[in-house]
Amino acid sequence: MDKPLTGDLRPDGTVLDLAAYEKVGGYEALRKVLKEMSPADVLKEVTDSRLRGRGGAGFPTGQKWSFVPMGDNAPTPKYLVANADEMEPGTFKDRLILEGNPHLLIEGMILSAYTIQATQGYVFLRWAYKLAAERITRALAEAYDRGYLGRNILGSGYSFELHLHTSAGRYMCGEETGLLNALEGKRANPRAKPPFPQVSGLFGKPTIVQNVETLCNVAPILRNGAQWYLGLSRSEDGGTKLYGVSGKVRRPGAWELPLGTTIREILERRARGMREGYQFRGLLPGGASTDFLVEDHLDVKMDYGSVQAAGSRLGTGLMIVLDDRTSVVGMVLNLERFFAQESCGWCTPCRDGLPWTARILQGLLEGRGRPGDLERLEMQTRMMGPGNTFCALAPGAMEPLQSALKYFREDFEKLIPRSDAA
Amino acid sequence: MATIYVDDRPYEVDPAKNLLEECLSKGLDLPYFCWHPALGSVGACRQCAVKQYRDENDQRGRIVMACMTPAMDGARISIRDKDAAQFRAGIIELLMSNHPHDCPVCDEGGECHLQDMTVMTGHNYRGYRFGKRTFTNQQLGPFINHEMNRCITCYRCVRYYRDYAGGQDLEAFASHNHVYFGRHEDGALESEFSGNLVEICPTGVFTDKTLKQHYTRKWDLQTAPSVCAHCSLGCNTIAGERYGELRRILNRYNAQVNGYFLCDRGRFGHGFVNGDRRLRQPRLRHDGESRPVGGTDAMKRTALLLGRQSRVIGIGSPRASMEANFALRTLVGPRNFFSGMAPGEEHLVARMLHVLRGAGVRTPSLREVESADAVLVLGEDVTQTAPLLALAIRQAAQQAPRKQAMQLRIPRWDDAALRKVMQQQKGPLYVATPAGTRLDDVATQCFRGAPDDVARLGFAVARALDDTAPAVKGLSREERTAVQAVANALRAAERPVVVSGSGCGSEAVVDAAAQVARALAGAGTANLCFTATECNSFGLGLLNAMGTAEAFQRVADGLVDTVVVLENDLYRRVGRASVDAMLTSTHVVAIDHSATDTVAGAEVALPAGTFAETEGTVVNNEGRAQRFYQVFVPQGEVKPAWRWLRELAQAAGRTELTGLRSPDDLLAGLARAVAVFEGLPAHVAGASFRVNGEKVPRLSPRASGRTAASADVNVHEPKPPEDPDSPLAFTMEGYPQQPPAPLITRFWAPGWNSVQSLNKFQAEVGGALTGGDPGTRLIEPVANGAAAYTDEIPPAFKRRAGAFLVVPLHHIFGSEEQSAAAPAVAQRSPAPYAALNPEDAQSLGVLDGEFVEIELGGGVFQLPARLMSSMTAGVLGVPVGVGNVRGVDVPAWSRCRRV
Repeated sequence: MDKPLTGDLRPDGTVLDLAAYEKVGGYEALRKVLKEMSPADVLKEVTDSRLRGRGGAGFPTGQKWSFVPMGDNAPTPKYLVANADEMEPGTFKDRLILEGNPHLLIEGMILSAYTIQATQGYVFLRWAYKLAAERITRALAEAYDRGYLGRNILGSGYSFELHLHTSAGRYMCGEETGLLNALEGKRANPRAKPPFPQVSGLFGKPTIVQNVETLCNVAPILRNGAQWYLGLSRSEDGGTKLYGVSGKVRRPGAWELPLGTTIREILERRARGMREGYQFRGLLPGGASTDFLVEDHLDVKMDYGSVQAAGSRLGTGLMIVLDDRTSVVGMVLNLERFFAQESCGWCTPCRDGLPWTARILQGLLEGRGRPGDLERLEMQTRMMGPGNTFCALAPGAMEPLQSALKYFREDFEKLIPRSDAA
Repeated sequence: MATIYVDDRPYEVDPAKNLLEECLSKGLDLPYFCWHPALGSVGACRQCAVKQYRDENDQRGRIVMACMTPAMDGARISIRDKDAAQFRAGIIELLMSNHPHDCPVCDEGGECHLQDMTVMTGHNYRGYRFGKRTFTNQQLGPFINHEMNRCITCYRCVRYYRDYAGGQDLEAFASHNHVYFGRHEDGALESEFSGNLVEICPTGVFTDKTLKQHYTRKWDLQTAPSVCAHCSLGCNTIAGERYGELRRILNRYNAQVNGYFLCDRGRFGHGFVNGDRRLRQPRLRHDGESRPVGGTDAMKRTALLLGRQSRVIGIGSPRASMEANFALRTLVGPRNFFSGMAPGEEHLVARMLHVLRGAGVRTPSLREVESADAVLVLGEDVTQTAPLLALAIRQAAQQAPRKQAMQLRIPRWDDAALRKVMQQQKGPLYVATPAGTRLDDVATQCFRGAPDDVARLGFAVARALDDTAPAVKGLSREERTAVQAVANALRAAERPVVVSGSGCGSEAVVDAAAQVARALAGAGTANLCFTATECNSFGLGLLNAMGTAEAFQRVADGLVDTVVVLENDLYRRVGRASVDAMLTSTHVVAIDHSATDTVAGAEVALPAGTFAETEGTVVNNEGRAQRFYQVFVPQGEVKPAWRWLRELAQAAGRTELTGLRSPDDLLAGLARAVAVFEGLPAHVAGASFRVNGEKVPRLSPRASGRTAASADVNVHEPKPPEDPDSPLAFTMEGYPQQPPAPLITRFWAPGWNSVQSLNKFQAEVGGALTGGDPGTRLIEPVANGAAAYTDEIPPAFKRRAGAFLVVPLHHIFGSEEQSAAAPAVAQRSPAPYAALNPEDAQSLGVLDGEFVEIELGGGVFQLPARLMSSMTAGVLGVPVGVGNVRGVDVPAWSRCRRV
């Protein structure tokens, strides 16, 4: 099976330098595109490949790019930003590529930038990814040296400057518009949409923000064609996906598999099932801000539509497994504490609702639960429902809570003192 | 227009607005926090949630934020819907989870938007049972008190302070439920408009520190509509009193003038009314000593001085009302009535009025300046001399970028979205002044030069706009480029405004501004906005009084027996020696509210009322006549100046003022005597005006303890004072509903106890007050004929060896006489200094803070040098009106040496 994202990664964890990357076909796509293809041709190829955003929202990539104003009257400069602020709890997929094959990202970015005629680019990197920062810095220097970046790339007349920006480290920086504010040196608050970043983004100019994994698909698509890419998938959308599992499984890790691989296959074949003495109770399919799925869902395909139909979201595609010896309430508290801490404080439901939620959960665990607490938690999930908050942070934070209350309600109920005893 | 359905009732609305503002405009109650009519929408607080339905068949609907949803034709929403109502109550509960619930000890209590909104949503039982977060508060200077625990994190403060007012030193710090609004460290807020935080903050985080020193609840204040007395813009205010003290100034919305905001001089400069320099009893000078006397004694002595045989002249005042000035003018006769303005200022005011009453120009209101899409400022440090005009110009500088951003089909109210597109872009704003100004940060380009060079820039812009205007010779290439850029920007604009004034003391600058306006006008009219220094400078100018210098000449020539000085400290107008000579060589009767140096030297001093204790009319820089009303009855023998004059005339057996018994009579007399005021009385709500047969009460229906307020003196209930002069009453009885706009004594509506109740006083939110905004414009453009260009263009400024051109610098805190006497403002006032370009200082061998000596008008001043890199070389700035730097006629050349 072709593994366009990870096939070239070295098992020992060392990085592919430019020469090594070129040896496995690196920058061939760039040479071909700059010589033979117009931005519109590239856009068509990417659209035809049915590549969708790998950051969690799953928006069709070609469609997103098509919103960028093109032509002589388009505002300049335009920007392309790689969202490498991988802060979703339980998610560690982008790191694999950033550390192992940074040129795959760089080539993808140059190609994407060319498509929208962006002249400036940023890799917005999570602060903790020190090794990745080091390796990207070196890769950027190599790419500049070889003329893949900078003015007049490979004599094509197209110029693109690419910079590395290491974040100060907030979950909100991973939200597209919060990231743009942070990049401008402002508070990482989300922005109102519309206008969408494609029209008015970084410094008010047209901007595409794309997850690392998404961008890393671009060079392989252009090298091998949209049909090849579609053929990699087991779903209606194209390509492979980086899946991963954490929790009390035998072999936690991340693997590149066809999009649409079932949960059972990932869990049982790749992660090799639960560890001795642990029973499976449920999982968050794609990071902390997705709804729990349970035993009944094991045969669900891990693609955008199937997971949604099962009542959750594909998210980042990296699962967190809940076992029978871990407290459900404790796990949810851990997540809600994280979200409460990471709320930017802009809108009321998120800012004041998440800390309250966390404190109720903490109260339950400390034996200070009260009748009515579960109803209050349910009310919080409604107050922080989609559309009620300014951005998706709080609705995401409510997903594990609302589904835990649905699937594991008895775990919560047994922490509430009976009213006659209270 | 569009039709929307709110709870199944149709409403005609403006589709360019959002649902929240349209609901409020229709009189519906919908709670909100982060939205403000002047700031637009950002969707942060989520308080204004309503249910929106796709069509009449949609039964489920979805919750939307009214402030973020356009009022599109056919939109169907419900405010009453149970889900929406529960959500709104839930939001209150959430944002109150950390609020201290300390209303009884909070200054905002009783006029708190948070209280009102809490009641409006019906939330009443707190479900949050955990600990609250607490903050450490900051010392933010003499104006603003800080109490962060009360914060509900609506972000209005920083949006107003930074985005609207251009302040830099207030920020949102930290995140999640620990967001902190404050400075990076303790210290006075730098913005000249910080006081508006008091009204912008929906709860008690930012409150009025000057009120705190003698705190009174809103309902216990006796309040009246007033007009700010501290610059020439005439911002509308509400002044409040309790126990004989003026306690606070609040903004009184006037869509055409100050809108929602005041400057800090206007809001916190009222302390002089209660100050210990107040004159509360007449004083007589006898054998070189001034002693307090009874009113009768003072009257007797003055009657002698004003006798028929006596040669009496009167000196008026730009800080006294039209009525007081006209009473004096009537008493002494127009040929014996002198303006009392500083000679330079007097000349410039006359010049500005001449221009404004000529062809081709129009004076814009502040609202119109706000919407200008290109502004040229010539010579004026607007932030210091006419602060709210600077705030308006700051908005104007965003017009062009906003218009461009709106091409992305973002509605005007969508503030956050517009600002993301606009980023740091600035509209065309050009500032040409002798030294740096507080508008430089939003200026497209700044031009620094001596007043003559500022004028030359203006004349050259006029020439670039119209080649029939005279050319300016000898401009450098750089200057020519700048001139062309300014001219292009003004020509391309739809609503350009030229701003200038008396600030740099130069007639050439005023003429240059007029020239630009004329060139811009072509056959039509152009907006020209002038400012002067005091609240009635322009009104006094319209009286065509004799020149102040001539009064001193007449006294020196021995042609005068008695001088009546009206509300004027002459030491601030002319050199000390001249005033000293007048005070010793003639009989001087000074009528004023405070013990100024002139009062101290006068033979007779009579205590006049301040703006808060009298009623009168002032004319602002726009030519807008506005009436201020008495707030309270003063203690002691304080009387309105016009009443002193009338009683003195009677005692002296003179008949000039016999028929003028009230401010209304005086205004009618003025209208008969001076043509420009002819129509004014018809627009003023006079003493006989009644609403439904009733007066308008100054006290709220809930004023507590009114009948027992003086029980420590007398247990019998005092009779409320009568007010024969106005349609307002010193009681809580009277017309209980909204009065006509000019008589609004407080903003208060059922369910809306805070200043946000203003929504209920406007025909449309953010628009004019119901029935029209107060004030009458006296100067309208002349229809026919274009004014001629002047070819009196000054030569380029040339430095002189060993000498400097001394120019006036102004300070919002310190340069204006009355506010400088307010303790809070005094704390922010600078000490006198001499501003020098660092290179000039070096050639003088002076370091920052070392003293230099200059000579002005015969006086010698030793001042510490203040090195200012923005100061024009060869020019030295002095802070006029500050400390001993008064009565100086600048610009003037002076030698300068290191002490």
